Amino acid sequence: MKQYQIFVTGKQGIFDPAGKTAQNALDNLGYEGVADLKIGKFIQLSCDDSVSPEKVKEMCEKLLANPIIEDFRIEQTGA
Amino acid sequence: MRFGVVVFPGSNCEQDVVHALRHLGYEASYVWHQDTDLEPYDAIVLPGGFSYGDYLRCGAVARFSPVMDAVFAYANAGRPVIGICNGFQILTEAHLLPGALLRNAGLKFICESVPLRVEQSVCQWLNLEPGTVVHIPINHNEGNYFCDEATRAQLEANGQIVLRYCNPDGTRNPDGSAPNGAFDDIAGICNERGNVFGLMPHPERATDGLSGSHATDGAAFFTAIAAQVGSYAKEVCGA
Repeated sequence: MKQYQIFVTGKQGIFDPAGKTAQNALDNLGYEGVADLKIGKFIQLSCDDSVSPEKVKEMCEKLLANPIIEDFRIEQTGA
Repeated sequence: MRFGVVVFPGSNCEQDVVHALRHLGYEASYVWHQDTDLEPYDAIVLPGGFSYGDYLRCGAVARFSPVMDAVFAYANAGRPVIGICNGFQILTEAHLLPGALLRNAGLKFICESVPLRVEQSVCQWLNLEPGTVVHIPINHNEGNYFCDEATRAQLEANGQIVLRYCNPDGTRNPDGSAPNGAFDDIAGICNERGNVFGLMPHPERATDGLSGSHATDGAAFFTAIAAQVGSYAKEVCGA
């Protein structure tokens, strides 16, 4: 069984109001030094061994992320 | 004149659209998202709602519904496709229209009637003078239109920007007039050919005089399609 972890984040320059709100909340709680906070998505795929990293990239480009507004990063975990 | 109104799992404005269309004197039928034959219809509406629960991204899953292949063919034949709210989001996810709809800048779901300025555009389905201000309700959480500057410039140059958020007198604020933060105050766009039209406001909710002031401003968004489609259908389909 293969496992892929996919991180989807807003592209640079895409306004992230949820991230900004959470960052302001940290600020209000007195945490200093947080320069930026971005909120994205975490997707975990459990696949049989036939699913290649290239296929997962294709899944991301086609459905799991929107390349107009999002970047994605794929990490393979497990065997 | 017969409209087909596509119903995805989670659509919730299809009844409003069908009601409005029948109120305006047209035939309107529901089209289930697994249907693949759009030939019986003179125009297709993708209504608002929360297709597939808005999971992943608004419109991202609906875009792969079986009916969408037929919608592509319909759009590519130059026939009228109009996407309202979630329907607009589906059209952008399907790349039938450029850009994307992000979460509202203020993080709030917005439900209110807003003034919109009709722009000079190639949209075939809105027969209103440029500069006309209409008041139409918006009702969304992800209506913040986004595209890159190059795309925006192209939209402008091609006359693809159909509607902008504005002040009641038609002017725009220097720091933006869009309640949702939309780039360049963009509320509605069309494709280059002008036959695929997507907008965040809900014209179907402004078609009945009983529902308040400016209550019939939305009717023009459907009557123009009906007025054009007869001659257009003849030209495109030889019907």
